[in-house]
Amino acid sequence: MIEVTGLVKTYGNKRAVDGVSFSVKRGEILGFLGPNGAGKSTTMKMITGFVRPDAGTATVDGVNIATDPVAVKRKLGYLPESAPAYGEMSVEEFLGFIAEVRGFRAADAKRTQVDRAIRLTQLASVRRQTIETLSKGYKQRVGFAQALLHDPPVLVLDEPTDGLDPNQKIEVRNLIKSMAVEKAVILSTHILEEVDAICTRVIIISQGKIVADETPAALRARSPGARLDEIFRSLTRSDT
Amino acid sequence: MKQVSPIFKREFLGYFRSPVAYVFLVAFLVMSVSLAFSRYGGFFKGGVAGMESYFGFFPWLLLFIVPAVGMRLWSEEKRSGTVELLFTLPITTLEAVLGKFLAGWAFLTLAILLSFPMALTVAWLGRPDWGIVVSTYLGAILMAGGYLGVCALTSALTKNQVISFVLSLGACAILLFLGFSSFTATLEGFLPIAAADALANFSFITHFDAFTKGVIDPKDVVFFLSLMGFTLFLNVVALER
Repeated sequence: MIEVTGLVKTYGNKRAVDGVSFSVKRGEILGFLGPNGAGKSTTMKMITGFVRPDAGTATVDGVNIATDPVAVKRKLGYLPESAPAYGEMSVEEFLGFIAEVRGFRAADAKRTQVDRAIRLTQLASVRRQTIETLSKGYKQRVGFAQALLHDPPVLVLDEPTDGLDPNQKIEVRNLIKSMAVEKAVILSTHILEEVDAICTRVIIISQGKIVADETPAALRARSPGARLDEIFRSLTRSDT
Repeated sequence: MKQVSPIFKREFLGYFRSPVAYVFLVAFLVMSVSLAFSRYGGFFKGGVAGMESYFGFFPWLLLFIVPAVGMRLWSEEKRSGTVELLFTLPITTLEAVLGKFLAGWAFLTLAILLSFPMALTVAWLGRPDWGIVVSTYLGAILMAGGYLGVCALTSALTKNQVISFVLSLGACAILLFLGFSSFTATLEGFLPIAAADALANFSFITHFDAFTKGVIDPKDVVFFLSLMGFTLFLNVVALER
């Protein structure tokens, strides 16, 4: 579903992403791991078409983001880091706007999609509240609701469980897991247990380069008996 | 182009979801009406059943008021990060630019049209020439669009609203001052006369004046529309770079 080849992005004289290549198939949940500033978010921004790569290509479902960005964006659900949303709108109004842009113009189609997204992310109790008055956990869920509103075949989630309490984290993970059967999912995270809990594959990125691309089990097998965070540290040590 | 309408709707209603719209509309109407009745406007002293005393201040009033509306158009999206959300939705940059610009323009048009009690007052006091009233309204709306195009562009250049406001004000002020002979005379000092003359043609005041006299010259309409088109084009370029 997602094919990424040789993505490069340079900001000033810092190479944020340096030749990243990977692919994600339907049914896979790819965990994107790395220290802060390693290039995770920049890579996701290039896949979703927000940032233009300096070199390399990204295709989603066979469509190249550079040649037909709008078609790619139709297939994608994207949760940007820290879940930006229009604070002055209520949850319902905001999701209604997303539904309209996503092509659900008729009142009943729009309502169906908004209700479904609200149900999946358990936002019913705050649906009429303005987003700026919500707690961080709810805001995060609004961003999540916005990303899966149109039931996209590909989900790109930048730190989806950031700011959630332990119960909400488990709910969101279960939701991602249940949806991933017929979708391709990329998620970035700092939390190593999350990788163990839901990801079918892990990519560790350090200084803009991929240093590991394997299943969580294979990652563990690199040094038997060691904890995941020890392996993570040894792979990304140069990144400090 | 059908993606313009949800963007337009969200942006336009967005003004009314915060106190911005109400503060703006009240401030604009109080200022414009009190200027007309002030000794500088001379609404009564003029003894004419017309709206010249009201619209005479418009090029100046809009110089401050339009940047107040336009400064947030893109700066706010950049500051709050929603620009990332907006540009990962299936819309083109042009659709987003048009939707937001048209929403701001519609809001300014509403503000201008809400001055209708002035027109009713004039009609009650005397017999105004309605042709002139209508053409003046048209001119004011077009001029507001011209200013807004400039402001939308400067707003796309920065995520700081204050910088955006100051840049807009500066750019709009130049477009306004080009109509004054003292300003163009200074330009003639170091530019060839032909170039200074060409620049003077960009003045808002000269193009707006014709409307206040009841003349709807296609030249003036085209001036404002092409200024909007040009600034919106640059707006797209600024966002895509």
